[in-house]
Amino acid sequence: MSDTVIQNHEPNYLEYKGRYKGIFAWIFSTDHKRIGLLYLYSMLVLFSIAAILGLLMKIELIAPGRTIMDAQTYNSFFTLHGITMIFLIVVPGLPAVFGNFFLPLMIGAKDVAFPKLNLLSWWIYILGAAIALSAQFFGDGPPDTGWTFYAPYSFRTGTNMLPAVTGAFILGFSSIATGINFIVTMHRMRAPGMDWMKMPLFPWALYGTSWIQVLATPIVGVTLLMIVLERTMQIGFFDPALGGDPILYQHLFWIYSHPAVYIMILPAMGVISEIIPTFARKTIFGYKAIVISTLAIAFVGYFVWGHHMFTSGMSGTALYTFSILTFLVAIPSAIKIFNWVATLHKASIDIQTPFLWALCFLFVFMIGGLSGMVLGALSANVHLHDTAFVVAHFHFIVFGGTGYAFFGALHYWYPKMFGRMYDKGWANIGLAIFFTGFNTLYLPMFYLGMIGMPRRYYDYVEEFHGPNIVSSFGAMLMISGLVIIITNLVRSARKGEIAEADPWKSKTLEWTVASPPPLENFAEIPVVTKRPYDYE
Amino acid sequence: MNKPAHIDEHRDDEGAKTGMWIFIFTELILFGGLFIVYSVYRYLNPAAFHLAAEELDTFIGTVNTVILLVSSMTIAMSISAIQYKNKKLTLILMSVTILLAAVFMVNKYFEWSGKISHGIYPGSPTLMEASQGEILFFGLYYAMTGLHAIHIIIGVAFIAYVMVLVAKDEIQHDNFVILENSGLYWHLVDLIWIFLFPLFYLIT
Ligand code: HEM
Ligand SMILES: [Cu+2]
Repeated sequence: MSDTVIQNHEPNYLEYKGRYKGIFAWIFSTDHKRIGLLYLYSMLVLFSIAAILGLLMKIELIAPGRTIMDAQTYNSFFTLHGITMIFLIVVPGLPAVFGNFFLPLMIGAKDVAFPKLNLLSWWIYILGAAIALSAQFFGDGPPDTGWTFYAPYSFRTGTNMLPAVTGAFILGFSSIATGINFIVTMHRMRAPGMDWMKMPLFPWALYGTSWIQVLATPIVGVTLLMIVLERTMQIGFFDPALGGDPILYQHLFWIYSHPAVYIMILPAMGVISEIIPTFARKTIFGYKAIVISTLAIAFVGYFVWGHHMFTSGMSGTALYTFSILTFLVAIPSAIKIFNWVATLHKASIDIQTPFLWALCFLFVFMIGGLSGMVLGALSANVHLHDTAFVVAHFHFIVFGGTGYAFFGALHYWYPKMFGRMYDKGWANIGLAIFFTGFNTLYLPMFYLGMIGMPRRYYDYVEEFHGPNIVSSFGAMLMISGLVIIITNLVRSARKGEIAEADPWKSKTLEWTVASPPPLENFAEIPVVTKRPYDYE
Repeated sequence: MNKPAHIDEHRDDEGAKTGMWIFIFTELILFGGLFIVYSVYRYLNPAAFHLAAEELDTFIGTVNTVILLVSSMTIAMSISAIQYKNKKLTLILMSVTILLAAVFMVNKYFEWSGKISHGIYPGSPTLMEASQGEILFFGLYYAMTGLHAIHIIIGVAFIAYVMVLVAKDEIQHDNFVILENSGLYWHLVDLIWIFLFPLFYLIT
């Protein structure tokens, strides 16, 4: 946007020495960039743990019968894996890491609106994570309900549910705080000249996301609270014996958790909307359509929760209403895909690692989305409900969407964050292995689901053996890819070659400051005159 | 490394208020979830809810409603007082607010312990013999008024903290957005009660 001005007399945010030393200079820092990295490191640790649990599950499933663990262990593994992946990684992930780091930079602000609140939400995040994970280590065994905590099992099971539910409840506060912070930041702190229609698309995605965080999270908060009360005081909200209704739990849970899917996916779409124009060297096609579809997704997402409950017993009218609405919510997502593809049309593309991540995203996200259509159709749903097909679908959407966007974002913004480049060769090899592994792991699960293999089972009949071997092998391949990717990134943070301010020749504001950015981001707040993505 | 001046200096009252308003929305939605549950169960068990509601003491409920309304007024007045640079009056009005909150809690205490001594509390043998609708009614009663009481405590802590700031002159006539925000929060606590009161005490 404005001409690249780099004056580097200021200490950058990594070197800056404030009031505290060592680790305290980080965990007490109110600098949005450091907070972004705090989240990044916490999440990488948690992700590794959860991914290993996933791998262990797949090893268990490599053959029928008991392979490496018993049924109860398997139950607790998929519960912990699910809780960690959903509540601790993909829901907060992109906003907490890249939103924190880049939102102020992209809108030309020195920080977010409430820096202290921002730090507090990281602390709450850690507290919630610690409490949730503590469930594993004491009491009557790790929770075994799955990450959805379905009633009535969640208050009947003898396992140590309370910490898990309480932890998830606490995490909600962190999510809400971040959401409020971002909304106010975008309303109040955009650089002069940056009207809403000149704001880049990643901030736009964060804007939609933040509203969902703020408006949906309290519902799950109160629902989890009810589970807590139910377990401790026998209140009977969801207990049929006391007049309660377990289906009501499902309604409340999914009123949040379906919109939560969009908390996960909107920022991912935002990342892709940044990466594609940069490497296509073209203005994004249909900027306005992308903005509008972002808001439409945020809005329509509230009305489709019932598609998780097609087999739970609802009125016929409710069934087909939810089914139709589910199909409608696919439209805005499809609009975005068309826009990205149109941007690529006749572009002179610069093929770099982040761009490859974006392409892989498009591929897996389409599969995830189309399989979602299958599940949204009533009759197909009845057949596929709670089978491996569902597990494949949500890994394609959630892992394939948010996960790919996360790694894409990491490779895209890495030079800005650390001031160094990663090894491109290894990055691409890692991606290739990972992508192959991913598809080998999850594609067979579509087939398994269709021929009837249920989800959340640690054992299966002989007929399912073949595809399961393939799938488990895929898991190992995928994890190897991940190891290569992460090792390369960690290594390069110290050893990589020094990156310039704008290695990709991108046009958004974050690239106009030095890499890594100075403490206060901008020596002088920039004045914005052009639209983002002004390439031609 | 010679610029300790950092972002914290950024001041934006409008932004702070916007943030508070959004937070208040989330709180309303939090209670909204419980209101949904309440209405569903009321719809399913009209007779039992009617019976159970008769057990509640409308008099204490009314007194508490009045108390909260007055306290909302005093906190609002304290905001005007600070604008007129009257620090003493500000502090007095804030103390009155806290005092009224305490009276509210004392009433609540007597109300709850009265119920408990009659054997009406979640999981109690008496309640377990009652109809399912009554169990649900009292479950909701304890959960919702309990959650509201927690909000009162948080509100009191918030106001007390702001009082310290006023006393230390960190909040003055040209810089009182935190006081305003604590007032907003207190109005929220009041507002929620205005919904709880008719639902539990009046509609029978
Ligand atoms: C790293 C490699 C991963 C592997 C090998 C893996 C594998 C698995 C397996 C085998 C299950 C159990 C399915 C069942 O028993 O029904 C599962 C469940 C689950 N996975 Fe993953 N997963 C991986 C990554 C992820 C990621 C990145 C996410 C988050 C985006 C995720 C989210 C979930 C969730 C939420 C469940 C719970 C399913 C349920 O409760 O039924 N997984 N995963
Ligand atoms: Cu859904």
